[in-house]
Amino acid sequence: MSDFLRSTTSGSTDMAARKEALMNSIRSEIALLSVQELMNKGTEKCFAKCVTKPGSSLSNSEQTCLDRCLDRYMDAFTLVSRTYIGRVSKERQEPS
Amino acid sequence: MADKFDEATQKELAAFVEREQAQARLNATTQNLTSMCWDKCITGTPSTRFSRSEEGCLAYCVERFLDTSLFMVNKIEGKREQARLSS
Repeated sequence: MSDFLRSTTSGSTDMAARKEALMNSIRSEIALLSVQELMNKGTEKCFAKCVTKPGSSLSNSEQTCLDRCLDRYMDAFTLVSRTYIGRVSKERQEPS
Repeated sequence: MADKFDEATQKELAAFVEREQAQARLNATTQNLTSMCWDKCITGTPSTRFSRSEEGCLAYCVERFLDTSLFMVNKIEGKREQARLSS
C-alpha cells in the first residue's frame, strides 16, 4: 500500500507519478472505509429486522428478507444522501 | 527515502486532502442520518422496493433532523444572549 513512499528514483515526472499514486491510494482508502461502514450498518439493521429468532440455520424466508433488506438499506442511503446534499446546497444559495 | 514533493505539489496535495476530508465528513453524516431515519421510517418487512410513504418518510426525516439541529443552535444562542444581557 505504501510503495509510493519508498520510491527511490527522482525527477519531476516521477514526482507527478508519486503524487497521482498517493491521491489514488487516499481515494480508494476512503471509498473502502465508506463501503465497509455501509455494509456493517446494513448487516446490523437487517439482522435485527430479518433474524428475529435465530434458528439452527438461516431459513429461506430469512435469506429473502436479508437480500431485500440490504438492497433497501442502500436505497435509503442514496435517498438520504440526495436529500441531504439538496438541502445543504439550497442553504448555501440562500442563507437564512 | 524519496525526494520530498516540491512546494506546489505539497500545496496541491494539502488542498486535495482537505477536499477528501470534507467529502468523508459529508459521508459520515449521511451514514448517520441513514441509520437514524431507517429506524424511524422502515418499520415493516423489507419488500422489493420502498413504498411511497417510506420514501416520503425518509426524505422528511432528513429535512426535519436538520431543522431540529438548527432549532437547537438557535435556542442555545438565545440562552447565551439572555445571559449576556442580564449580567
